Amino acid sequence: MAATYEMAMGLQGTRAAGDLVARMVFKGMKIADAKAYVAGKLNCAVEDLADCYAMKEIRESLDIGHMIITPHASYGMAAKMKIAEILDIKIPSVENFKKQIGMK
Amino acid sequence: MSDKKYLTRMGDGEITYMTKDEIREDVLAGMDDAVTKGKSEPMSQNDVDYMVEILTDENKIVGVEPGYEGVTVFDAGTLKVPVRSGVPVDRSTDILIHERVLMSDAMELCHPDYSWKAIKNIAPEEAMMMEQCQMNTIIPLFYGAMPNMGLYTKPDGPYDNWSELLPQGKIKEAMEAQELAADACAEDMIYIASMQAEAGADGIQFDTAGAAGDGDYLAALKAAKVLSEKYPDLCITMGMANEFTLGMHGRLKFEGQKLAGTYPAKQVKICESAGVHSYGCVVNTNSSRSFAWNLARATTYVQQATKVADIPVLVDAGMGVGGVPLTNVCPVDASSRVAKCLMEIGKADGL
Repeated sequence: MAATYEMAMGLQGTRAAGDLVARMVFKGMKIADAKAYVAGKLNCAVEDLADCYAMKEIRESLDIGHMIITPHASYGMAAKMKIAEILDIKIPSVENFKKQIGMK
Repeated sequence: MSDKKYLTRMGDGEITYMTKDEIREDVLAGMDDAVTKGKSEPMSQNDVDYMVEILTDENKIVGVEPGYEGVTVFDAGTLKVPVRSGVPVDRSTDILIHERVLMSDAMELCHPDYSWKAIKNIAPEEAMMMEQCQMNTIIPLFYGAMPNMGLYTKPDGPYDNWSELLPQGKIKEAMEAQELAADACAEDMIYIASMQAEAGADGIQFDTAGAAGDGDYLAALKAAKVLSEKYPDLCITMGMANEFTLGMHGRLKFEGQKLAGTYPAKQVKICESAGVHSYGCVVNTNSSRSFAWNLARATTYVQQATKVADIPVLVDAGMGVGGVPLTNVCPVDASSRVAKCLMEIGKADGL
């Protein structure tokens, strides 16, 4: 089902911008508002959010994690710290991690 | 009128062949069921025509037009790969499989016994697991389970079983037992979910809320209210058990709103008043009716909920809900049509 839905209607998670839009939906934003917000923060078109070709370039240039892990690229917590900054949101695990390493 | 028959499905997933007129007839009948029972507004003529077009599309797999994409999130998240499919990976690996292989937008960490009460004894260990998973995960990660208020009845719990009291005519006792169980259930959910929030969970999922009736739903709403005020950056999502809240108690209210008998358009507004950030609309599939009937019925309910909702509506579209046939091997011709109809006609925010 997960694969079918990603193909039929999905934003493809870290392959495109699904995780970023989801973060705003989970703040209570409707999908159109969430897409517009993320596109604004990434300085890209809303259409780019579902386009894995465009988003690969954007994600790599911002170093916010991608499904393909490359040497020295951020993933996990490092990627999320940048996502929190770019989307201008608080991510609970990032806040916890900052406390643990003395950044807060 | 054409006699051409199209491959479609029954509500249990079995293939059946129907003419376009038969499909249209079932679409209208399914929609009418949601209009009559759930007081939903009917779909427009254009929507009905479009649904019939989608159902008679001869391609095996269909998808939304660009621009209609939505987000995906999962209930029973880490139950699927390591438990149901028996793949020998731990839950943190399962989450990364969803993130980097299945391309999920969000995921849920959960325990195989998917009930909040059952998790209480291992709540600190589950919180540690959340902390570990968050280190490697990019996508939002929820912790979720079901209120499952029935577990608070004897012999598993401290309260008399209302399902036994009601047939004995002990109405008052049955109501009191549910009120006590709802409070205990809410207290446990707040305790466990607080640990998860402090461990860095992006969200908490109350799944199958209302499965034991209006008391079960009330417990989840009470917990949601407390948690949303206590942790402003935590997402609370509420997935329902049914399109109709069963009145096992019958008189329970949340902030003045009666819970028994509520349908999706009302359920979502009650969730909003509890501080819930996203609402999981559930419409159960009738396996003896056609796929067309079920999908039209589900889409009508969803469309009504999205019209009135101020929060995102993420439709439950797993086995036997949201128009999906009641089989754990759902054919992609059916599930892809569900996705297209719920997103494009139902105007859902995701699945």
